[in-house]
Amino acid sequence: MRKLSAFNLATLVLGIAFLYLPIVILIVYSFNASRLVVVWGGWSMHWYAELAGDAPLLGAAFISLRVALVSATAATVLGTLAAVALVRFGRFRGRLLFAAMIYAPLVMPEVITGLSMLLLFVAISVDRGFWTVVIAHTTMALCFVAVIVQARLVDFDMSLEEAAMDLGASPGRTFMAVTLPLILPAIAASWMLAFALSLDDLVIASFTTGPGATTLPIRIYSEVRLGVSPEMNAVCSIVVAVVGIAVIAASLLTKIGAARGAPAGN
Amino acid sequence: MQTVGSKQGVARRDFAPWTDHTLAPLLRIEGLTKRFGAYPAVDNLSLAIYPGEFFALLGPSGCGKTTLLRLIAGFERASAGRILLDGVDLLPVPPHRRPVNMMFQSYALFPHLTVAGNVAFGLKQEGLPKAQIAKRVGEMLALVHLENFGSRKPHELSGGQRQRVALARSLVKRPRILLLDEPMAALDKKLRGETQFELMELQRRLGLTFIIVTHDQSEAMTVADRIAVMDRGHLMQVAPPAEIYEQPNSRWVADFIGSVNLFEGRVGLDGSSVEGTALGRLRVGAKIAAEPGAPVWVAVRPEQLRMGPNPAEPDAQWALENDVAATLADVAYLGDLSIYRLRTAAGVPLQASRANVGPFAPRTIASNDKVWLNFPRAAAIVLTQ
Ligand SMILES: Nc1ncnc2c1ncn2[C@@H]1O[C@H](COP(=O)(O)OP(=O)(O)OP(=O)(O)O)[C@@H](O)[C@H]1O
Ligand SMILES: [Mg+2]
Repeated sequence: MRKLSAFNLATLVLGIAFLYLPIVILIVYSFNASRLVVVWGGWSMHWYAELAGDAPLLGAAFISLRVALVSATAATVLGTLAAVALVRFGRFRGRLLFAAMIYAPLVMPEVITGLSMLLLFVAISVDRGFWTVVIAHTTMALCFVAVIVQARLVDFDMSLEEAAMDLGASPGRTFMAVTLPLILPAIAASWMLAFALSLDDLVIASFTTGPGATTLPIRIYSEVRLGVSPEMNAVCSIVVAVVGIAVIAASLLTKIGAARGAPAGN
Repeated sequence: MQTVGSKQGVARRDFAPWTDHTLAPLLRIEGLTKRFGAYPAVDNLSLAIYPGEFFALLGPSGCGKTTLLRLIAGFERASAGRILLDGVDLLPVPPHRRPVNMMFQSYALFPHLTVAGNVAFGLKQEGLPKAQIAKRVGEMLALVHLENFGSRKPHELSGGQRQRVALARSLVKRPRILLLDEPMAALDKKLRGETQFELMELQRRLGLTFIIVTHDQSEAMTVADRIAVMDRGHLMQVAPPAEIYEQPNSRWVADFIGSVNLFEGRVGLDGSSVEGTALGRLRVGAKIAAEPGAPVWVAVRPEQLRMGPNPAEPDAQWALENDVAATLADVAYLGDLSIYRLRTAAGVPLQASRANVGPFAPRTIASNDKVWLNFPRAAAIVLTQ
């Protein structure tokens, strides 16, 4: 490895500080004993204990968790199927359009996704609530899943599937016994990513939610508008921890997948 | 891996089911065509393969060998023609229902399964009881000398070991036909030689029918009962190795298999000589199956050209009736034999080879030396196309 020059080191430190300093301050202040957000009053777990008694906040956290679990799972199944269709079924009619439509939401501003979902739900007069948020999050996360799984499928050695069929496995058995185990790390990674995306989404959720389905980010946002409280710092620290673990797990799984999927040739 | 005794390496002289018209072939291919776009990778090809045969497909890169195997295995759909196994048309049968197995050039071992898991995969699809699967996997691993490697993953094996796992996996279902696509391409020369003999031994012991694709002529000659020489989707000749080498049916085959000296001429009036070649009039062994005056080619293998300091004696034992004076251009020493490049006074290039045996070292001939080349009538192969 090359040695970092002083200049490179300085830019690196600045960059990382720019990214992570706010988060570090947030986490540190979540352990602040003082009620005043900007005054340091010594270390304490007080606000974490306080959280445990805050029923509305815990309720919102529980809803967010459920939304994230359901939408991540649905997005993973649908996104995987979309990726398989894109990679495996060759040049079917409308493939290019399908591919473009899968990728478009990646770059679509969330406000537009959220607004269009809202219009759809209003148009077909669906009562907004838990399930509308789940559907909206599934739509958003699906394209991320499709992109990750597709990347894995593209460099998948097709002769493995042919070998399985040659040995008597039907196409369905081949997918379950050979393809799926080999792309599983990529699928798990995309599930983690979908979970993290859903858990911290504010914009789409606020467009599509309804009574009784206040997610954690919505709750935090509305609380903070009335003034930043140390309790919110504690909630956010927990969310950072959960999302951080999910993202790290996802990247580790992707690495394992790449190593495992490497062809067994020389 | 031990080298199998030389006994198995000997061609089976009495094995020639293709000459017996009462026998039904195991695999019959009729007018098979496969087009990729407008390009025919396999072009109106017909072929019959008999039970117990070791059949080799030989041909230059891109001639359609892999495509033919993939058609038999069911991975490609034929554009036209039929493939019959035991008289049953295979075309509507999907790959997983065909009683043929393929050993892939890349081996295609399942990286997430152990060696034993890979070998057991095919048996599991048949729904055999666990105990029976374990027994057959054990037998198969013993057969390829991998008894102690059952719990390893493919990436923990050497190239040669992987190749044997792939072989075991494709053999364990006892397929009617085993298709091998360049199975030894990844092995070094020594291991390849050993594996060739093991394959032959295995094939004869289990009484299976093998179709092997190879780039390597000596490999095809070593293992096969019959060789099919392919070019651009066509079969040029299908015959036992010795016949392919000694009686090629065309200039293309003569040139593709081994080295050859080729001379164009016209059939002489006596019907057993060729006139007007670059070497003048050449006498050949048998009556030529063409009218006098018809254009033909004479092919002579380099090892049939004898070199000497003087013209051959007219009454010599070998009836060396074709004599040419030439100058040695250069010698390539290959250890067991040497290749001599020569040129006649008229500038015709010739190639001769001689085994490096005996106290008489051919090194006594040096560049620019004048030598006489002669070859017997019987060594002249006459080709009409
Ligand atoms: N899927 C495909 N699409 C288009 N053309 C193809 C396809 N597969 C093979 N071909 C073409 O068909 C021809 C025969 O290919 P094939 O793989 O059978 O050759 P081969 O004899 O096995 O060659 P090699 O010895 O190099 O493996 C080649 O010209 C190749 O480009
Ligand atoms: Mg090939």
